[in-house]
Amino acid sequence: MGLYVVKRLLQAIPVLLVIATLTFFMVRLAPGGPFDEEKKVPPEIKERIEKHYGLDQPLWKQYLSYMSNLVQGDLGPSFKYAGWTVAELIGSSAPVSLMLGLLAMLIALSIGLPAGLIAALYKNSPTDYLAMSAAMIGICLPTFVMGPLLILGFSSGMGWFAPLGWYTWSDMVLPSLTLGLYFAAYIARLTRGGMLEVLSQDFIRTARAKGASERRVMLKHALKGGLLPVVAFIGPAFAGIISGSFIIETIFFIPGLGRFFVTSALNRDYTMVLGTVLFYALLIIVLNIIVDLVQAWLNPRTRLE
Amino acid sequence: MIAAKQTPGASLWRDAWRRLSRNRLAVASGVTFITVTFICLLGPFVSSFDPSKADLQSSYQPPSADHWFGTDGLGRDLLVRTLSGGQISLTVGILATAVSLVIGVTWGAIAGYFGGRTDSLMMRFVDILYSLPFVIMVILLMVMFGRNFILLFAAIGLVEWLTMARIVRGQVMALKNTEFVEAARALGYSRLRIIFRHLLPNIIGPVIIYATLTVPAVMLLEAVLSFLGLGVQPPMSSWGLLINNGAEKIDVYPWLLVFPAVFFSLTLFSLNFIGDGLRDALDPKSSKD
Amino acid sequence: MPLLEVDNLKTWFHTRDGVVRAVDGISFALEKGQILGIVGESGSGKSVTVHSLMGLVPSPPGRIEDGNATFDGSDLLQCSQREFRDLRGKRIAMIFQDPMTSLNPYLRISEQLIEPLVIHEDASREDALPHAIEMLEKVGIRDAAERVHSYPHEFSGGMRQRVMIAMALITNPEVLIADEPTTALDVTVQAQILRLLKELRDDLGVSVIFITHDLGVVAEIADDIAVMFRGKIVEQGSALSIFENPKHPYTKGLLACRPRLDSTFIILPTVADFLEIVEAEDGETELREKEPDLKQPEPEKKVADENEESLLEVRELAVHFPVRKSLWRGASEFVKAVDDISFKIFKGHTLGLVGESGCGKTTTGRAILKLVEPTAGEIRFGNDFLQHLPPSAMLPFRKRMQIIFQDPYASLNPRLTLEQTLTEPMAVHGISKSHAERRDRAVALLEEVGLEAAFLRRYPHEFSGGQRQRLCVARALSLEPEFIVCDEAVSAMDVSVQAQVLNLLKELQARRGLTYIFISHDLSVVKFMADTMAVMRAGIIVEQGDAEEIYANPRDEYTQQLIDAIPRDSVKSIRKRVA
Repeated sequence: MGLYVVKRLLQAIPVLLVIATLTFFMVRLAPGGPFDEEKKVPPEIKERIEKHYGLDQPLWKQYLSYMSNLVQGDLGPSFKYAGWTVAELIGSSAPVSLMLGLLAMLIALSIGLPAGLIAALYKNSPTDYLAMSAAMIGICLPTFVMGPLLILGFSSGMGWFAPLGWYTWSDMVLPSLTLGLYFAAYIARLTRGGMLEVLSQDFIRTARAKGASERRVMLKHALKGGLLPVVAFIGPAFAGIISGSFIIETIFFIPGLGRFFVTSALNRDYTMVLGTVLFYALLIIVLNIIVDLVQAWLNPRTRLE
Repeated sequence: MIAAKQTPGASLWRDAWRRLSRNRLAVASGVTFITVTFICLLGPFVSSFDPSKADLQSSYQPPSADHWFGTDGLGRDLLVRTLSGGQISLTVGILATAVSLVIGVTWGAIAGYFGGRTDSLMMRFVDILYSLPFVIMVILLMVMFGRNFILLFAAIGLVEWLTMARIVRGQVMALKNTEFVEAARALGYSRLRIIFRHLLPNIIGPVIIYATLTVPAVMLLEAVLSFLGLGVQPPMSSWGLLINNGAEKIDVYPWLLVFPAVFFSLTLFSLNFIGDGLRDALDPKSSKD
Repeated sequence: MPLLEVDNLKTWFHTRDGVVRAVDGISFALEKGQILGIVGESGSGKSVTVHSLMGLVPSPPGRIEDGNATFDGSDLLQCSQREFRDLRGKRIAMIFQDPMTSLNPYLRISEQLIEPLVIHEDASREDALPHAIEMLEKVGIRDAAERVHSYPHEFSGGMRQRVMIAMALITNPEVLIADEPTTALDVTVQAQILRLLKELRDDLGVSVIFITHDLGVVAEIADDIAVMFRGKIVEQGSALSIFENPKHPYTKGLLACRPRLDSTFIILPTVADFLEIVEAEDGETELREKEPDLKQPEPEKKVADENEESLLEVRELAVHFPVRKSLWRGASEFVKAVDDISFKIFKGHTLGLVGESGCGKTTTGRAILKLVEPTAGEIRFGNDFLQHLPPSAMLPFRKRMQIIFQDPYASLNPRLTLEQTLTEPMAVHGISKSHAERRDRAVALLEEVGLEAAFLRRYPHEFSGGQRQRLCVARALSLEPEFIVCDEAVSAMDVSVQAQVLNLLKELQARRGLTYIFISHDLSVVKFMADTMAVMRAGIIVEQGDAEEIYANPRDEYTQQLIDAIPRDSVKSIRKRVA
């Protein structure tokens, strides 16, 4: 299995290089540069700054020098945040986002999975409709509505949590909950759908013919197959959390990675854009590998690879 | 020999329609959605208020007999703003979905039918695009082409087609090896004829279902973009923009959030339930005897 | 005192289109240690019967309207779900048709085998495992101690069915219900499973209810037989009496319409020759007996003129499939589906291509039509060589060579009306100038295959399997071909429908001078249809020649095995078995 992981990671390298190239040229295509919107600087000083960062070189030269730095592991300095390298910025903020994502995913799974299972078990009963409607609400309320609502309710209203910051454990509750509820909704629906799909298959009939109770049928026979769509969803969802968390980070004032995705593009901070894109791509690749491994564990037929 | 059923020429669509119309939740959602669309289309014409004209005298007024939904910070009637915002949101949703449908279906059908190297290359491209963070891509696209309303849904569509392509490819590959497609090949039909006359009509089901579920996803994305300030630009409004503005003032002027949010959520709800209903109605298992 | 006694069982399904009386008042008894065969075609209600006994009928829309089923003093039909769960798997066990989908692909065999013991006897995993291994050995799986930890997909079809049998019998139930257990298996594997079931019955004393549509199978294994038709048992008795002296016209028809190795029919009798079904106004059906007209035409032995050239000749044909293809490298391993075969067919003749699953017969048929690219060899059709022709050059040949597939449910585009399905080939090949002309030809085609003109505007899903297959025949004929590959064209059908379609194919051959390759795993059917025959195994032809000759005097050992595996259903062999 270790060999498989290594093989996948090696296969990822050309992909990352392609992505780096694509992004490099795409960002340059956008009008404007990183130093345009600064407070009015005289043109000579602006020229000097650009020269310092190598922006006066022809494009292909910049590309080559970036790529050669890249393969050595150097992501370059941030154009916007003077004195910081891209690696430092990502390194300090990524753990926060990862933590947020992890907590949100845990909440999502612990609410969504049981809800979906119960809905499938009592299909078409009031419990089922209730659970699925609640899930629907979760999906249809964007995080920037859910967030302030939760703040209103639990922070200003009940005074349980501080609305801002990321210092203590209690700070993490509301933002994780906001994100978590959203994904819980998806997970509940997917679990229900996956379980119902599995429950209609022949081997479930065999299990019942053996005298298995409904509980046994659900948990021992149907669960593994029913979880497959959920697992497939979680990988990209987690990546989505990381890159899309800027809303949460803005509302709750969390120093995470999400905002860099937005600000770097808006600011034309080229190296930062590339850095965040590459980090994201790498994250997706790693998550896909994990998802594939989990799926192989659940479904022995795919282990043939 | 068992004789054929009494109702002649009952195509599979009619069977599906029958099943769908028995699903009360789907029907209710359909009615809701049509009603909301209708109101949004007609409302601004009927109303006496102009959604873009400011009237600072009556700003931040709570709901009253004159202004059913109250007014916003610039004194504009919230009801008519919500309805005209609805026009924009629905248009963006439907058009972006249409863009993603056209690109996604074509891409997926070609990759799925031709298979082999073509398929590997085409889907590898999709995989790479999938690895790019949506946020950055849309921002860059918007910035490259300017904050044009038309390009807003083009940008969203360009991102959404990926999943559609994957779904279509999967469906086409599954169908490609069924016997009626082989029969078509044995009868000498051209590849184009097979794709358009035999394959695509038989995968329209999942495509429609997914499209119905994409519209609300697109509308959510538009709301997210509004959060960034990249969505629809004032004086035009969308539900996303209205909700964002309302969320800021939630503790003081709650009606600013509530009314647009209700419309938004209702639409998303009904579209999702319609999609679910379609999925149940188009279930091919029930058409075999 | 019978072990199980069923009296007037009625299970009806209440659907939106009306009430379907799946089982409509049947009664039978099962003695201890007896094997009861329930025979019927699709829709006869045989599966619903046993599902009712096990409490597995989906309840809406199904409902047990009436009747009782006395098992050891209590009535099964009155059991609650809880009581059923105690019975199922412990005293009454069931095995199903398709072992691939009936076993849980996500769990190891050991988990699934010990489960009945865990549920019903509260056994721990350690205690139950040795029993599981013992059962596996009993059903004939070698290296049971190791293989018990495998997953279902690591076993072949026959072995998986053995595992299902082991799983069913591990608690030593009193009744084993087997619902079409051998239908999805190759004929040699089927013979093994039937033998196994008989041994286990002798060994363990378990009573068996064996459900099948195949009269041959039931002749091999059953002590008593019940024949079901449209929800009712039309006849029941000992196996010998049913075969020797059938009384009900349906039974007579069913027995007569099977192609058998020793039969000399040129046109098969069909059930319709013996039985007339009259539908009354109130939904009741009346079955009237008819005197069958079994007059046979003069047998014609088709002789190949030595000077005449064959219509189709295949030389050293090979079709290899790559196992793994990556984006950059070519394939490393190949599956040799077809590996160097040669044969020829004369105009107006039928070549029977026979073999078990995976032997390459289907691939051969497709390769001849270039639906699959041949890797090597020569395909001569008339005066042209096809093997190197690109798809665009094949167009004129498509008019002359056609194919009919196995699954009538998958062979028709569900979105097209019958008219569209039939006229599209004509439009593509430029036959007939106007739409009206094409429509007329479509009507003629429908009538030629025994369907009505009014069916033109209907859709495939409105028809039965047999009717759909006739439509596929009509579609194949729409281009007026000379040569048709029938790829397991009757394998998915009930035996009465099969007889009708086989008769149709023969009639068309006589009338139009068609040449056939008839591909099947069923030797009896092939004997009926074929003039010459080729037996395939693992991609090669092990024996070929005149069909009658091969059946009478097979030279290859494998051919002999295939012939031996055919269930013995003559009265003589039944008499010998039960004596």
